[in-house]
Amino acid sequence: MLVPQEPFQRFLDAHRDHVWRFLVTCVGRDAADDAFQETFLAALRAYPRMRPDNPRAWVLTIAHRKALDHFRARTRHAVPVGDLPEVPAPEGPEPRDDGVWARVHALPPKQRAAVLLRFAGDLTHAEVGAAMGTSEEAARRNAFEGLRTLREEMTS
Amino acid sequence: MNEDRLAPPTFDPADAAAAAARFAATAPADVHYALVDSPIGTLVAAATPRGLVTLSYEDRRGGGTDAVLDWVAAKLSPRMLEAPAKLDGVRRELDEYFEGRRRAFDLPIDWALTGDFTRRVLKATAAIPFGQVSTYGAVAAEAGNPKASRAAGRALGANPIPIVVPCHRVIGTNGRLTGYTGGLDRKIALLELEGIVLPG
Repeated sequence: MLVPQEPFQRFLDAHRDHVWRFLVTCVGRDAADDAFQETFLAALRAYPRMRPDNPRAWVLTIAHRKALDHFRARTRHAVPVGDLPEVPAPEGPEPRDDGVWARVHALPPKQRAAVLLRFAGDLTHAEVGAAMGTSEEAARRNAFEGLRTLREEMTS
Repeated sequence: MNEDRLAPPTFDPADAAAAAARFAATAPADVHYALVDSPIGTLVAAATPRGLVTLSYEDRRGGGTDAVLDWVAAKLSPRMLEAPAKLDGVRRELDEYFEGRRRAFDLPIDWALTGDFTRRVLKATAAIPFGQVSTYGAVAAEAGNPKASRAAGRALGANPIPIVVPCHRVIGTNGRLTGYTGGLDRKIALLELEGIVLPG
């Protein structure tokens, strides 16, 4: 017996900020809207089959796939590089890490995916592993190595 | 950058809200819904591609709008999105009705939330003209069972599309109002709006 699900609108309202932030970080502000529409369209289709235990990790896994689709399409069309996502200037007294996010895209794919899912998607290492199809340990290692690479670039 | 973590990037929540609104307005949901204001309270209007499937008083399920939406999700499909533009026709006809400029509704209906007998009772009820009343016995007879006036009363109490399917026009044989899905005050307000003089 299936548990009755809440209306999709409520699911959308609950996760839109998270998915948006993740996609803006992954593909940039301009491409984020298309990726957002595709993410929630796929989620809407699959919604009756969603496991209710972790909806956030579920929808971010979809968003991650859509971001990868976006990169593949961009690679195929050989769009010139140099259009890294626009990163807003740090605001207020609190120092932000936004400058780093532009550099995340230069990381090797697995490190990039792990860093994006862990820190822009705010997933646990176990959830990152599930989203990437790797173990929790591999996800943790990829995120760690990604951070180390970024740190080395920033200090060199 | 911290030793072992990276602060999430900044983003504009207004952008996320706008993207979500674009999605809800265009995505192919099974059910689209909107809240509609009326002089007798807020209504939850929901439609499938076939037509209007419910027009519920927001207090109908005892838990506000969310309870109504949960009920529709459980009965029909959880693939529901709030898309007010898709219910513009319903809103317009209701406005016209409450302003006294409309006597009959011209909206496609989806009967998915009704069983067989209820549907027959409601279709008989839909044929009662503006400004007139009928009785439970009469609509039961129209539905094919003259002895089922009590069951007809229950069917009307379960009317998922009040106002548009005018169950407020059905009263007891003795002229008593008996009951209404939205409470008797609303039944009285609707009958008065249609110029029906109530006894007593």
